[in-house]
Amino acid sequence: MTHRIDQTFAARRAANQSAFVAYIMAGDPDRAASQAFLNALPDAGVDIIELGIPFTDPMADGIVIENAGIRARESGTTLTSVLDMASEFRKTNDTTPIIVMGYANPLHHMGYVKFAAAAKAAGVDGAIIVDLPPEEDGDLRDAFEVHDLALIRLATPTTDAERLPKVVAGTKGFVYYVSMNGITGDSFAQAGFVTEQVTRVRDAANLPVVVGFGVKTPERAREVAKDADGVVVGTSIVKTLHEDGPEAALALIRSLADATHTPR
Amino acid sequence: MDNASDTNTAYPDANGRFGDFGGRYVAETLMPPILALEKAYEEAKADPSFQKELDYFMTHYVGRPSPLYFAERLTEHAGGAKIYFKRDELNHTGAHKINNCMGQLLLAKRMGKKRIIAETGAGQHGVATATVAARLGMECIVYMGAVDIVRQKPNVFRMRLLGAEVRAVHSGTATLKDAMNEALRDWVTNVSETFYCIGTVAGPHPYPAMVRDFQAVIGREAKQQILEAEGRLPDAAVACIGGGSNAMGLFHEFVPHKEVRLIGVEAAGKGVKSGLHAASLTGGTPGILHGNRTYLLQDEHGQIADAHSISAGLDYPGIGPEHSYLHDIGRAEYVSATDDEALECFQLCARLEGILPALEPSHAIPRTLELAKELGKDGLIIMNMCGRGDKDVFTIADALGEHISEGTEG
Repeated sequence: MTHRIDQTFAARRAANQSAFVAYIMAGDPDRAASQAFLNALPDAGVDIIELGIPFTDPMADGIVIENAGIRARESGTTLTSVLDMASEFRKTNDTTPIIVMGYANPLHHMGYVKFAAAAKAAGVDGAIIVDLPPEEDGDLRDAFEVHDLALIRLATPTTDAERLPKVVAGTKGFVYYVSMNGITGDSFAQAGFVTEQVTRVRDAANLPVVVGFGVKTPERAREVAKDADGVVVGTSIVKTLHEDGPEAALALIRSLADATHTPR
Repeated sequence: MDNASDTNTAYPDANGRFGDFGGRYVAETLMPPILALEKAYEEAKADPSFQKELDYFMTHYVGRPSPLYFAERLTEHAGGAKIYFKRDELNHTGAHKINNCMGQLLLAKRMGKKRIIAETGAGQHGVATATVAARLGMECIVYMGAVDIVRQKPNVFRMRLLGAEVRAVHSGTATLKDAMNEALRDWVTNVSETFYCIGTVAGPHPYPAMVRDFQAVIGREAKQQILEAEGRLPDAAVACIGGGSNAMGLFHEFVPHKEVRLIGVEAAGKGVKSGLHAASLTGGTPGILHGNRTYLLQDEHGQIADAHSISAGLDYPGIGPEHSYLHDIGRAEYVSATDDEALECFQLCARLEGILPALEPSHAIPRTLELAKELGKDGLIIMNMCGRGDKDVFTIADALGEHISEGTEG
């Protein structure tokens, strides 16, 4: 449902702030612990949740998220249980958008029409499917349209001026700008380059632009938030949760959210 | 080009589709480079100077044409149809893989790319890529599963001798599919200067069609050779299938000739019913992996299942999308052979023909023998002997319970 997404960005924009987007891997390390962590995210300052769907072959992810996916799968996480987590979350929160993020095959295997209906019923707002470029996402987009779910596209430094209109056409909710050529957890691109790119994508899309890949620290989040409508952090949250536990991860999230929310 | 080939190149369509299979399922970062690759390949294909350079290297460096050899003693043993081997194991580097590497790396040269990456399972594609990269003066990085590095030691050393860097991949099952994941991660990170040389007829468009085209020399030669030797087309063309590049290379020319049966032999590991196999068409369902929609081994939740085969080159949970298409329209038949059958036929071929086949084509032999009996004396079969078995001697010794020194081979 795009209205939760739209309202979230509108509220932050009204306060002259950027939104904080946190990625977690659903089911890491197990269902109960992951559910508790998910439920705690809004109070820690998270505006939008990206809920990772584990996949055996995560080609765009670094080792931290790949290993989180292995833990999640070993604890029995499936696409259905990821949606169950969203349902559970919705029992106590009806405002924070949940975007599921992952790879095409689990959705394709369930069937796009069935998945869209199940996601809608679970209170999911949209999806980012890394290996469905505009050329291949038509069937899923059609299924999402029926339920007013947002299929969020990725724009990257290789998305040139000729291609950008094709990428942003048909995207809903926001555009996810991948800050550098690489995989999740790599180092960040030059700040000036990102400013320029965010402006370029926002002008083409007329939608909020969130920036992800490579944001690890509050300092970097604050810097990116000056230009971007949202800042995504994933790898360092997943890493801290695994190595130091949920309290440490929530503390990190609070510091990243505060930095992101610094008024411009 | 004759009419047969024209009909044949009708697939894939402009979106890289073979019926419902194929496509371009990659991260956005890789879409612009694969579109650029497609354009560069189309231009090269239409440029006679590119074809001339490729032909030169195919003749004088790879050693083509490879012979079409009448396997007389195996034929006697089977007691039926005449069995011919297309001897692509006699190519430089010992397998069909170099046909494709030669084409792709000449294309890379044309595109001004000097950093080559590749994935490898059995190591044959890695060796072929490293070889051509050395010849063309290019940097070469080969991703290889840690499990495969252990079972294919001679090839790992060969790649290093050829100046390539072999990077071990420990993630996932540490086999071919994980090597491909890691190569894709490298490509997405080093996209502007890197050319990804995929070793089989899989991956995002244009790879399945491009690799097929570079391998199609196998079938073109075989057709001419069988016409010279026997005055007619074969009743069947048989090849083993992992990703399916040697099979597609042999089949392509024969696809329009409906009277020629096309038979692909997948790796059944410990048996398709055991669940420990690599037979994507026999035991899989359609899904999306590594840039294409094709038959995959997967569980009920759409997670990719582990493949199992004694042959590292067949140990892959997917198959090229054109094979999925030929399977679904019924143009090609897909069967399987177990580890044990391959091992038995490896030994049979060694003793009867004096040829050590690689473990990969060893899978095609048992089905070829059965087919020979089925077709009877008037029948005619071409089997692709796509690689030589020197690289497999340690694996085979292990399987036969013998201990041989690893110190001298390589």
